[in-house]
Amino acid sequence: MINKRLRMVLTVVVALVVVVALWEGYKWMGQQTDDHWPGTNFGLPTATNDMIMPHASDILGELTVDIRDGRNTLPMYVFLLKKAWFTFQEAAIGFTLGLAIGMGLAVLMARWKVAEKGLLPWINVSQTIPLIALAPLVVTWGRQQSMPDLVSISLISTYLTFFPVAVSGLRGLQSPDADHVELMRSYAAPWRTTLFKLRLPASRPYLFPALKIAGTLSIVGAIVGEISIGTKTGLGRAILEYAQRYAVAPERLYASVIGSAFLGLTVFGLISLTERWVMRRTREVVS
Amino acid sequence: MSDELAVSINGADKVFNQGEADEVAALSGIDLDIQPGEFVSLIGPSGCGKSTLLRLIGDLLEPTAGEVTVFGKSAHEARMDQDYGMVFQHAGLFDWRKVSANIELPLELRGWSKADRSTRSQEMLDLVKLPDFGGHYPRQLSGGMQQRVSIARALSFEPKLLLMDEPFGALDEMTREHMQIELLRIWEETGTTVVFVTHSIPESAFLSNRVVVLSPRPGRVHSIIDVDLGKRTEETREDPAFFATATEIREALRSVEVGQ
Ligand SMILES: Nc1ncnc2c1ncn2[C@@H]1O[C@H](COP(=O)(O)OP(=O)(O)OP(=O)(O)O)[C@@H](O)[C@H]1O
Ligand SMILES: [Mg+2]
Repeated sequence: MINKRLRMVLTVVVALVVVVALWEGYKWMGQQTDDHWPGTNFGLPTATNDMIMPHASDILGELTVDIRDGRNTLPMYVFLLKKAWFTFQEAAIGFTLGLAIGMGLAVLMARWKVAEKGLLPWINVSQTIPLIALAPLVVTWGRQQSMPDLVSISLISTYLTFFPVAVSGLRGLQSPDADHVELMRSYAAPWRTTLFKLRLPASRPYLFPALKIAGTLSIVGAIVGEISIGTKTGLGRAILEYAQRYAVAPERLYASVIGSAFLGLTVFGLISLTERWVMRRTREVVS
Repeated sequence: MSDELAVSINGADKVFNQGEADEVAALSGIDLDIQPGEFVSLIGPSGCGKSTLLRLIGDLLEPTAGEVTVFGKSAHEARMDQDYGMVFQHAGLFDWRKVSANIELPLELRGWSKADRSTRSQEMLDLVKLPDFGGHYPRQLSGGMQQRVSIARALSFEPKLLLMDEPFGALDEMTREHMQIELLRIWEETGTTVVFVTHSIPESAFLSNRVVVLSPRPGRVHSIIDVDLGKRTEETREDPAFFATATEIREALRSVEVGQ
């Protein structure tokens, strides 16, 4: 157990070091060869000057720099954490709604073949609409209904999260063996009982990987929602602002990107912990 | 009315995918009566419709023609009254439930109290000689142990009719023989009626009061062999009468294969 945890921490640290090393190595190489692959005339895919690729130390250092937020002065990382907390709330609402809608659809489709035939194509089509086109629509519509912007942003997040839940949920609900289904039938168990005693527990191994994807998507949805709505706070706002001021302070945009990555990882971690807790009864067997 | 009969099948046909290109006539004109407390085996070549017949009795399939009566009711009513205990070839335990919780599943569905359920599941674990395994998960048990748990689960609510589809098919010979003895002991103790599908001639001879030999395409009752070997013990397996019965079953199966 301790060993496992230690290994996990080590993995994260090593991964970080590797990323920084690659970043700096690439930058260093580009600086030596004037942005060409060594010994060739082929240009590198990205320029390596301090404008495009600030030093990793500058980006990380930026996290502790004091910045002004309204009337207060506070370190960048605190500022980003505050923004992230706001985005997290939107994403959490969106995720919860997406989970409910996705599972609702999955149960409907598992219950009635007709529902599966009728709904599944549309569920797939729904994800081909670009988020960039959809977000302003939802926002405009939401404002017409005089909904708070937070709700509109959460809805955009829901739109992304319900999909993996519905698709994997359906697979999970359909996963029990014929033997298991016939066993429940032989007990004259109504469909609802079969759902709760057999299908839902059996769907968990299918559901959790989807929930991890959905969790990350819920953050993406919230950030894109914030950007297209033009909210006054949240990570999306920070990213938008620093993107506009990229020419002056590129490290800031990178810092805010790190902030979103951190948020995404946190959500991923939370869902993994939930998975462990929910699956604790079978875990002893699996691992 | 045939209230006294445990199972009564009259002129049952089963055609899968009727009218389609892949139509299969699985069973045709099946007539079979089973007395309460009887142990009846179904034997026949692969694909002759043994499992299909068992599913008809258990109302997991509906006959295309004819009728199936169980304890004087339609098979459907019997299923709704939860008269059946089923054991499949694969133990079919729920991985996420401990062994005891698996055994308690049918009791849960019948609304038994927690206390009653755990008393019963412990009794059942004793019965199948796994008294200390209630707290384990199915995957921590061997195949034979899992199969015993699935038998315990089927017996936990004292079903009036036990339907078993090659329950020992996946077991090695020694475990299989051991399980046969245990099954007979349980059968005697509970007085339940058993319909037992098997591929094994000695198994059918050893276990049954009657062996129903089915012929394939479409499945029909070829012959019914009465078995009278008295109380079964390990010695029975070396009894000349046992060999005689096995030979009788084997000859019936041969003539089935030849296509009579
Ligand atoms: N659900 C189904 N749909 C279509 N055909 C089926 C179905 N179930 C069984 N059959 C067909 O019915 C016939 C009898 O099948 P069944 O499973 O009853 O045989 P069996 O005697 O149990 O064979 P085995 O000993 O191999 O288990 C087979 O030809 C099979 O292809
Ligand atoms: Mg079969």
